[in-house]
Amino acid sequence: MQRTTLDLWVGIFVTAGVAALFVLALKVGNASSVSVSDGYRVIAEFDNIGGLKVRAPVKSAGVVVGRVEAIALDTRTFRANVALRIDKRYPFPKDSSASILTAGLLGEQYVGMDGGGDEQNLKDGDHIKITQSAIVLEKVIGQFLYGKAAETGTQRK
Amino acid sequence: MRSTLATGLRLIGRRTINAVWRMGSATRFMGLVLMRSGMSFRRFQLTVDELHFAGVLSLIIIIVSGLFVGLVLGLQGYETLKRYGSAEAVGTLVALALVRELGPVVAALLFASRAGSAMTAELGIMKSSEQLSAMEMMAVDPFARVISPMFWGGFLSMPLLAAIFSVMGIFGGYLITVVIIGVDAGAFWSQMQSSVDLRDDILNGVIKSAVFGAAVTAIALFEGYDAPPTAEGVSHAVTRTVVTSALAVLALDFVLTAFMFTGV
Repeated sequence: MQRTTLDLWVGIFVTAGVAALFVLALKVGNASSVSVSDGYRVIAEFDNIGGLKVRAPVKSAGVVVGRVEAIALDTRTFRANVALRIDKRYPFPKDSSASILTAGLLGEQYVGMDGGGDEQNLKDGDHIKITQSAIVLEKVIGQFLYGKAAETGTQRK
Repeated sequence: MRSTLATGLRLIGRRTINAVWRMGSATRFMGLVLMRSGMSFRRFQLTVDELHFAGVLSLIIIIVSGLFVGLVLGLQGYETLKRYGSAEAVGTLVALALVRELGPVVAALLFASRAGSAMTAELGIMKSSEQLSAMEMMAVDPFARVISPMFWGGFLSMPLLAAIFSVMGIFGGYLITVVIIGVDAGAFWSQMQSSVDLRDDILNGVIKSAVFGAAVTAIALFEGYDAPPTAEGVSHAVTRTVVTSALAVLALDFVLTAFMFTGV
């Protein structure tokens, strides 16, 4: 084969390969979405985090504003300390609330943030006071059964 | 009784010694290939030739099999996910399966049988027809001139081939589920993008394919260089290349997966 055609084919091959890598990175992966490397860190205390995992998204009104950075158990209060790294473009008022929600019926769990009305914003290292824990299905079913039993009990009277 | 025991033990001993010898010479061989690879970069044209041989000529088989793997994954995934009412997740399934596992592994297996076997045969025949010795007589180092460029050509083309395989597979999955079956295109892409991570999935896939490329090319070159200089010897070496590379790729895949995708 001629030198120039061979070079051309190798050029096409390498370009196609690199292009494939870029397609994977941009179209298939989420390189274009925000990576929260510089942001502020706040700590939310939950009674129960359910199946929340590190690197789960933090969303407010459906927009991803940060990620869960670390999860630990506070052995004084026996509550879960969840460290959230939030993008510094999104300041939240001091009395914002955090809750653990589930995407869809069987989806991944994420932290939902609802903005409050305070004039001061959350700073690095602040604690979020108002939290709502994950819904544990067994507890909900238990409450439902208990309620049902109580209902039938009152009907019999 | 005692004599049969002794023969058995002797057999085990001989096998072990041979295996250790082979491992030692393979390590020395790879050391030489790496140490004398200066020329592959100074005269990059040599490596370009091998990129053509290992990469461009493997493109057709990679593209076609990637497409078919994607089509099958899309179809099977759709049929199963449909039952749970989450047919849109088929994009995630296809992309994760390809980027993490199937892309690097299947591309490496195809690469071993398409390019690895050819490398072994080429080197084995060069050796048996004494071309390598002739080069040495002319003070041309066969390692620098022939073997290192082959290694780097194979090593560089493998990640590119795996990426092309994955992209073709995802395109195949898109074709069957979105274009033919009619899954919503927006959900297909957005679910895929929200669950495929650049570093955890794509970068690890690229690392995997580079490791497989190095392993397959090294095995192919060593088997060729080590082949007995007969027609039978070369044919056995080619068989061993394909079998050993396939086993090495699958075993390495397990080890790499255990390191990359487990833990918190």
